Amino acid sequence: MRDDIDCEQALILLYQFIDGELTIERRDWITGHLHGCTHCFAAFDFEQELRTVIRSRLQTPMPDALRGRIMDALQREFPDFGGGVPGLH
Amino acid sequence: MADRSTFADEVEPFMGPLYVAALRMTRNPADAEDLVQETFLRAFRGFEGFEAGTNLKAWLYRILTNTFINQYRAKKRRPEETDVEDVEDLYLYRRLGGLEAAAVGRSAEDELMDFFTEAEVARAVDGLPEAFRLAVLLADVEEFSYKEIAEILDIPIGTVMSRLHRGRKLLQKELYDFASARGLVSPVAAARIDGAGDRSSSAP
Repeated sequence: MRDDIDCEQALILLYQFIDGELTIERRDWITGHLHGCTHCFAAFDFEQELRTVIRSRLQTPMPDALRGRIMDALQREFPDFGGGVPGLH
Repeated sequence: MADRSTFADEVEPFMGPLYVAALRMTRNPADAEDLVQETFLRAFRGFEGFEAGTNLKAWLYRILTNTFINQYRAKKRRPEETDVEDVEDLYLYRRLGGLEAAAVGRSAEDELMDFFTEAEVARAVDGLPEAFRLAVLLADVEEFSYKEIAEILDIPIGTVMSRLHRGRKLLQKELYDFASARGLVSPVAAARIDGAGDRSSSAP
């Protein structure tokens, strides 16, 4: 990272940028800065990719039996529960 | 007012994602299953109060979060205090960012996938203090907006942002410690980082 006031400003806004929480003006400013600054581009790219990796690594599949268990519990608890055809799950 | 007869169809797409969140909240598969089941029972009970056409996903996560906070989390007298002052910005990038550059033709994502296993990412998230863990989960895994997270957790948006900032720093530090423990970080790279704590002095 260069010791540069634009880079410092970009870094402050990094998470809001990745989170999609910036105004269009600020978003455009960041995009412009990233085009011209390979240091910040690399850092932003890293943070973005890390986010993707964390999200995909945590996608533990729901146990197969849980869906049926929940439907059974709903039917047991609420006589008017109409979701799911009995015996089909 | 939502129609109870459509409940099952409407909530069905959110079961899997809610289980993922429940698992990281409770850090235990059996508790996660109970939490998801209890969430759907409560959701059905309150479904007539849900305004059809509004944010069903956020509504379900709010029930999940409240159920977790009320029933499953360890009782604490006061909130956990965690000092993240010593974790600088871009903690992981400063340590691992250089390593991926060496592997020509591979994306940062491919490299990071190799660095961290499913179990390690889960343990790193599980190690976060609860307030940070919930915020990071809702933002980084479930992709809720700051405003939605503020409503789900019933805290101001500024608090959401500060918890995310600190939680992400801590998460990066934990991930680095795993990579380090597995010998994925070379002593040379580590020494270079340690010697370059003042980043203005590391610039050519």
